[in-house]
Amino acid sequence: MTKLKINGKSVEVDLDPSTPVLWALRDALGMTGTKFGCGVAACGACTVHINGVPTRSCMTPISAAVGQRITTIEAIADSRVGKALQAAWVAHDVAQCGYCQSGQIMSATALLENNKKPSDADIDVAMAGNICRCGTYQRIRQAIHAAAKTLA
Amino acid sequence: MNSALIAARLAGEADARAAAQPLRRRDFLKLSALASGGLLVVWTAPSVFAAEQAAPAARKKPVDPTAFVKINPDNTVEIMVNRLDFGQGALTALPMLLAEELDIDWSQVKANLAPAGEAYKDPFSHLQMTGGSSGVPNSWVQYREIGAATRMMLVAAAAHEWQVPVSSCTTGRGVVRSGKHEATYASLTASAAQQPVPDKVVLKEPSEFRIIGIGHHRIDALEGATGKKNYGIDVRLPGMKVALLQRAPTFGGQVQSVDAGRAKAVKGVHDIFEVPTDRGGSGIAVVADGFWPAKQARDLLRIRWKAQVGGTVSSDTLLASYQEQANDPKATAVGADLQGAAAAIKQLGGDYSFPYLAHAPMEPLNATFDIQSDGATVWAGTQFQTIDQAAIAQTLGLKPEQIHLITMPAGGGFGRRAVPTSDYLREGASIARTWHERHGAQGGPVKVMWSREDDIKGGYYRPAHLHRVKVALDGQGQVLAWDHVIVGQSILKGTPFEAFMVKDGIDGTMTEGVAENCYGLPMRLRVTHPDVAVPVLWWRSVGHTHNAFVMETMVDEVAHRAGIDPVAWRIAHLDAKKHARRIAALQLAVEKSGYGTPLPAGHAWGVAVHESFGTAVAYVADVSVFEGRPKVHQVTAGVHANFVVNPLAAEAQIQGGCVFGLAMTQPGFEITLKDGVVQQSQFTDYPPPRITDAPLITVHFVPSNDPPTGLGEPGVPPIAPAIANALAALTKRRLRKLPLDLESA
Repeated sequence: MTKLKINGKSVEVDLDPSTPVLWALRDALGMTGTKFGCGVAACGACTVHINGVPTRSCMTPISAAVGQRITTIEAIADSRVGKALQAAWVAHDVAQCGYCQSGQIMSATALLENNKKPSDADIDVAMAGNICRCGTYQRIRQAIHAAAKTLA
Repeated sequence: MNSALIAARLAGEADARAAAQPLRRRDFLKLSALASGGLLVVWTAPSVFAAEQAAPAARKKPVDPTAFVKINPDNTVEIMVNRLDFGQGALTALPMLLAEELDIDWSQVKANLAPAGEAYKDPFSHLQMTGGSSGVPNSWVQYREIGAATRMMLVAAAAHEWQVPVSSCTTGRGVVRSGKHEATYASLTASAAQQPVPDKVVLKEPSEFRIIGIGHHRIDALEGATGKKNYGIDVRLPGMKVALLQRAPTFGGQVQSVDAGRAKAVKGVHDIFEVPTDRGGSGIAVVADGFWPAKQARDLLRIRWKAQVGGTVSSDTLLASYQEQANDPKATAVGADLQGAAAAIKQLGGDYSFPYLAHAPMEPLNATFDIQSDGATVWAGTQFQTIDQAAIAQTLGLKPEQIHLITMPAGGGFGRRAVPTSDYLREGASIARTWHERHGAQGGPVKVMWSREDDIKGGYYRPAHLHRVKVALDGQGQVLAWDHVIVGQSILKGTPFEAFMVKDGIDGTMTEGVAENCYGLPMRLRVTHPDVAVPVLWWRSVGHTHNAFVMETMVDEVAHRAGIDPVAWRIAHLDAKKHARRIAALQLAVEKSGYGTPLPAGHAWGVAVHESFGTAVAYVADVSVFEGRPKVHQVTAGVHANFVVNPLAAEAQIQGGCVFGLAMTQPGFEITLKDGVVQQSQFTDYPPPRITDAPLITVHFVPSNDPPTGLGEPGVPPIAPAIANALAALTKRRLRKLPLDLESA
């Protein structure tokens, strides 16, 4: 059994220690808000926070996450920044298919936690690891700026 | 997918649409009161093409009439959407149409994706499908008429109850009023169900719209931002297992032998067995508790593949073969007399080449199967419910009506979920069937998943193409002859669509965007469709993906040679009446962009305009070269899509289409093969655009009250040529290959 701390709660999973956090969340715990996109940390759909740092859960084995603070899209609204971003995402109608957006919001939350007024260039750097095949990038930029404003 | 069926058969036909007038057949709309106190509106209209359908299966009587509208006791209204929503916004746009005429408030609306069902077939194609940018255009009348007829029956019920004339009643926000009387729709459902279906409905004029034409957020925007939206991949059922399939390294390859010893030892693995795969191949399925053990076990399989079975294509020799075949094309699509070429002073043109392209939607393909004694339930994010339901039934040895196919929201698709062969559903059903045969009901349902590597390597690509264009010019740069050859696989050959869309050996999805000859050129267009052992498919905007590039870069080149501004050249050569919409879109983009004004050093303007799926899109792009790669700074779009139902979503479709099309230009965005094996496998070696590549895209629509045309695809084709035209202005050299390679220029 592996003991994990997810969204403030302790949970135990009976999985091979090599199992990525992504599959512990999705298959063992039924937390499907975190998405599978590539499995090689290339697309960002699986982004969660580990100790506040945006992390690709598809390449992070549960053995490496023991004792760490894991936060997922399901609990990001508990953070003031995450909540503001979700509101901005709706207000700017960012999502098209929406599949990558959990990961986008997790990356954007980490950005705004560390940079209260990011420039377009700051946003590009922070969000470059998150692919959106629908091409919602322009509205992602707008929504991040808008959320930063509401938080100021 | 393409205008395919839709363009030739369905869309070609303002006439067909007008002739449909489904409500003249009053039997097809039925209201029935629900025990719960609600009201169901049932639509059972057969296809207007039913009588013409060749396939006997299509002659079946409607068997599964299902509700489009459900008015709940709390006066909320559930609207069923007969399309897939994979980002294009059907889940919002179609309910907007119905809600407008039903006269309810948008806050009352709930929207659901409809399962496979006779009632949900497209009224024009008689297929339940999402493609050809046809969702709003083909639903424009149907959804509004259902709303209007339902409203009239609610009003009739109220008038009857209050003993007042129908003409004294008004509606709004889900309430009927007359004088001092007032009743919610929910309170009228029982008697509304007793009212006759109206013979004729009068639809609102655009000036009366309160919902249509006004930007609405996606109805599931909140779920999309909070991780609560459930896609096919998120299906979870009690006792469910997860399966992965190891396909052969070549298309159609077969298993010789397998050593599954180490794979079976992986904790959480339940079974490993051989199954048939697409194109006559075979593979090894692994069924496990979850994705991770299935993947671990799959990686440990030791499979020997049969020699001499499967494809052997290599991209470099394929291109050489296409160049050879271009010397002697097989069929003539447009046959102008090219004798004018004899007087030519100059000749332009050359060979253009385009690679195979994978769709790579963010959500990898998947489907979940629950086989019971009397049928099966299947969850899939499919664009092709009617075809897939039949394919699943055939694979499981059942009848289509025994397959309850539930449409799940999909994480993108771009055509990959509209497969005439139903490849991923047949393979999934084969796995589910074998699993069920070996383990019975105790085995539980099975979710068949694809990894990203499976997706990139899995075939069904936009076909590779070679174009050979020779343009003869006179001394003033006027075109004397335009000799055009296209070589590329037919998408539709061998599919049920062949009968409609392959004419005289020419697949219309390969010539669309050239054959229309919008510039009125003295054109000859000849084609060859080689048989190649690589599965191909429509890729968002289909033939327009390559044809717009060739046409719009070549005419740009002609204009420059003639010393004429490329915008002026286009407007001069477009028939003012026939192509008024294309001209309007171009002029709007030019006007809003500042085209022609000086740009910073190292930047250039590039322009392209193209019409697809009934919609004209013009892009004016501001482009430079940065670190050896094209850098697109700003794009201004002028769009003529007639009446725009949801401007917010329409803008998103153009912006998204532009980024989708931008991918075609980016280094590395190509699928290549060597000895039958696909060389790419991931977003790392098949890299789509990232936020750092995305330009600022400003979208402007030409105002119009004409019936809406498509929006899902038309934003894709014109961006690559606009970028190439800007690069030509910067470098004075023409690139004739996608993705763009500045080093080769």
